[in-house]
Amino acid sequence: MSDNILEIKTLNVRFGGILAVNDISLDVRRGKIVTLIGANGAGKSTILRSVSGIVKPVHGEILFEGENIMGLTPEQIVKKGITLVPEGRRVFPNLTVLENLKMGAYLRKDDYEKDLSYVYRLFPRLEERSWQSAGTLSGGEQQMLAVGRALMSSPKLIMMDEPSLGLAPLVVRDIFSIIRTINENGITVLLIEQNANMALKTCDYGYVIETGNITMQGEGDKLLNDDRVKEAYLGKSRNG
Amino acid sequence: MWEKNKRTICNLILVGLIIVLLICIDTFAPATSMWFSVLRKVCTFALAAVSMNLLNGFTGLFSLGQAGFMLLGAYTYAIFTIPVNMRSNVFRNYGDSVIRFQMPLVLALILAGIVAAFFAFLIGLPVLRLKSDYLAIATLGFAEIVRGLVQLQSFGPVTNGPDPINMFTAPKSIMVYAAISGISILIIVLMINSTYGRAFKAIRDDEIAAEAMGINLAHHKRLSFVISSFFCGIAGAMMAMCNTSVSSVSFTTSMTYQILLVVVIGGIGSISGSIIAAFIFYASSEWWLKFLDLETYTKAGSKVPLLGPGFRMVVFSVLIMIIVLFFRQGIMGTREISVYDGIMKIRSVFVKDKAKGGESHE
Repeated sequence: MSDNILEIKTLNVRFGGILAVNDISLDVRRGKIVTLIGANGAGKSTILRSVSGIVKPVHGEILFEGENIMGLTPEQIVKKGITLVPEGRRVFPNLTVLENLKMGAYLRKDDYEKDLSYVYRLFPRLEERSWQSAGTLSGGEQQMLAVGRALMSSPKLIMMDEPSLGLAPLVVRDIFSIIRTINENGITVLLIEQNANMALKTCDYGYVIETGNITMQGEGDKLLNDDRVKEAYLGKSRNG
Repeated sequence: MWEKNKRTICNLILVGLIIVLLICIDTFAPATSMWFSVLRKVCTFALAAVSMNLLNGFTGLFSLGQAGFMLLGAYTYAIFTIPVNMRSNVFRNYGDSVIRFQMPLVLALILAGIVAAFFAFLIGLPVLRLKSDYLAIATLGFAEIVRGLVQLQSFGPVTNGPDPINMFTAPKSIMVYAAISGISILIIVLMINSTYGRAFKAIRDDEIAAEAMGINLAHHKRLSFVISSFFCGIAGAMMAMCNTSVSSVSFTTSMTYQILLVVVIGGIGSISGSIIAAFIFYASSEWWLKFLDLETYTKAGSKVPLLGPGFRMVVFSVLIMIIVLFFRQGIMGTREISVYDGIMKIRSVFVKDKAKGGESHE
């Protein structure tokens, strides 16, 4: 088996004639944190949605552990071990926290008690609030729930779409430390972020995406110190 | 878990009391009592409302095809329970019925559900791709098409064309209605509390997230649609029993709206709300407010103003507007009735210690 848990080859996605993703190829190494950064509408979310089967690409190849998963249903893809933490948290507001977590394990036939206690250990706050409906949680707690829910399917690859969106800076730091913990426990992470600074500091490898194309790639620190990245995404001018 | 057991036991006691009450009414009330006709109707429409709630409230699919599925159920039930020797009489305009046997009540009821569910499965394939208003319009159209089709002359030997079907088995006892309705609602409640029910609620709350969790949207929506229609068919059969005559003209769109009204008044997403609302709705529109339709004269001989045919609906509509204004979420919201929590709440008013009252989830 190759080192790459996920390989995307010349992926093309169109929305009603508009090319959202244009011939993108990228690799995700097993056990690493890989991040995609880029502006709004660059096509980052579309890539994740294609991998999880919610969006149907025009052509290209998506290999998960060497096996082409393009054209499979979201259900089959979750079963293979890929989970998406959707953008904007998207917890089920009228279900309780516990029910939300159980939804994450919906396709599992085996016992998920171990994963439940793992998630509760990771997020003690969720255990305290397990009987509360998810809509009453704060933004940060909802994001924790979204991550916990994704972990309940015991994935090999977890994909996160903007986990820091709309959260207070302190909470963002918590979320990123959780991401690192999850990764240290052996789950590969593919992360999309607007918060390029935090994302690049956390990740092992990064891709910069602009209007459907990959314009740069490299290790996190290298991108962090790259002038073009600094100017475009980190808000530092060239002379500053 | 003990807390939860106490809740279940309290609710079981409530159900037991209701059953005892129904038996009392059934045996002791005079035969002409309004209780009979009203409670039969309440049982029927409580089931119809709960099955609509399963679809609209718990799965978030806005469907208005209830009248169509109830019609299918009512016709199926009626056609198969006419005694054999009566058939040629009922179907006299079409020679004779093509069906030449009689089914026992329970089998006919289940068949009524299955026929409705089968049609739901067929139209579900194309229709469930639609969302919200479009789904409502498509299912509404289906109901009207079914209503038109059964009236066709060429279906005469099966459906008796535009003529009503009667003479079929129609039990009088309230307990029969309560039993059918109760068992059906119990099955729906068990369904909602199962993993499938959770998946339905997840789809209602957020389709994209549900899909990302690996829930097969099309499959679950179809499942909910078919199950809801199954029980709608049974409710239709009960309606046939209530009226002792089945005719396609009674399954109009306005009946669907009535059911929708019951669901909204009771609370979208609350089973007990639907049942309570069905009782309030039909008891007041068929019974408690009936006096408004009668021209009444005072002892002096002058006519009481406003009272007269049609005034009942005016008052009734105003009442509904008041309910909707003051209970935005319906009577129960998305909660379920819980005797135990009620008792705890009342106790916490009198006993000022920190008794755990409060939230009534499940």
